[in-house]
Amino acid sequence: MKMLETAVHEIETAAELEKITKENENVMVSCGRMGPMCIPVYDAMEELEEERPDVKFYVMGFDTPEASPITNAPMCRGFMGLPFNVYYKNGQMVKATTSIQDKEQIVSVMDQFFA
Amino acid sequence: MDEVYDVMILGAGAAGLASGIYSSRARLNTLILNEGAIGGQMVLTNEIANYPGVEKTKGYMVAGIMKKQAKEFGCKIKSNIKIAQYKLKGNIKIIKLEDGLSFQAKSVILAPGGKPRQLNIPGEEQFKGTGVSYCATCDGDFFTDKDVIVIGGGNSALEEAVTLTNYASKVTIVHQFNHFQAFEHAVREAEKNTKISFIMESEPREFKGNKVLESVVIQNVTTGELSEIKTDGVFIFIGYLPNTDALKNIVKTNELNEIIVDADMKTNIPGVFAAGDCIVKKYRQVTTAVADGTIAALSAMEYLKSAD
Repeated sequence: MKMLETAVHEIETAAELEKITKENENVMVSCGRMGPMCIPVYDAMEELEEERPDVKFYVMGFDTPEASPITNAPMCRGFMGLPFNVYYKNGQMVKATTSIQDKEQIVSVMDQFFA
Repeated sequence: MDEVYDVMILGAGAAGLASGIYSSRARLNTLILNEGAIGGQMVLTNEIANYPGVEKTKGYMVAGIMKKQAKEFGCKIKSNIKIAQYKLKGNIKIIKLEDGLSFQAKSVILAPGGKPRQLNIPGEEQFKGTGVSYCATCDGDFFTDKDVIVIGGGNSALEEAVTLTNYASKVTIVHQFNHFQAFEHAVREAEKNTKISFIMESEPREFKGNKVLESVVIQNVTTGELSEIKTDGVFIFIGYLPNTDALKNIVKTNELNEIIVDADMKTNIPGVFAAGDCIVKKYRQVTTAVADGTIAALSAMEYLKSAD
């Protein structure tokens, strides 16, 4: 069931998440809610979809057990701020950040890990 | 760069979007350039319950509708940009972006809004998302049955403290003065909540911890005494500053960096208007920002007509 109102494609199941991250070299997923810290991240991702064809952008609802591969990931341990932004390279989670990130911060992570 | 817009609006919060709706509906060629998230502080507002004609709703939903309205009337919106240079004098105003792009217009409405005030103390950035938060409704459930501290004494601080009692076992409000700036009803709600306690006339000096936040160093501003309080989380709501750092030597501002406008939202530069939380005014609400934005757009139309 879709939980987020954004133009960025929403992943609904853990199986879909696994498939997407395995089939694409560079993937960013923002796992959150429709909250003030999350919406600006989705907006930035919406713009980056046009500017960064080398990366696939997705969102996922935080309040679903299907998001457990993200919410329970070792890289997200200790996170207490939404959204959890995770970056996958060839199926492996290579970076995770917590709470609001602006476009510049997202690009900086992508430049570092998706180069 | 060749295209000259009729109206260029800098900012896409309530004021900027209202200007965009009015200006584009009047068939003026309108562009909104926005450095932050579309919707501005409306997006940061969980619930809007006092916008006339709209029943209780989410801030992001009002922002989304305003954005849709503006776009449907033909307004172009470019967000997540960084402005590098303002040339506001003369008949053609030019805005240069950091990525090298330039835009020009016959009139400009400045609506950059406000930005959350930061404490700028050691540990604030380090523990952002691992104990330091700016949104109770977003992150409150991470602190279920835990002790948290709220910094601030305005409406947001007190309302969010009450929200946090739905999750936390104990909420301590730390405020720098001996009285609150919040409306009386917000103060009463907080005071009658048994989970909330108060530390007045005190300011945070440092956030400490290992991988996550563990304690806050607080100083009593009267005695100077320092104390360290163990906590699982800190929520910071200490108000907003006008987002006018880049504009203060370009348009006339007051000592608080708020842009000085007249009743028609005109600044000291012909063809340049300002609206919303960036201007000198007493009350900052979505309703007042929308009103400012509307007036600024109508004034811009009048200016364009007189310039023809």
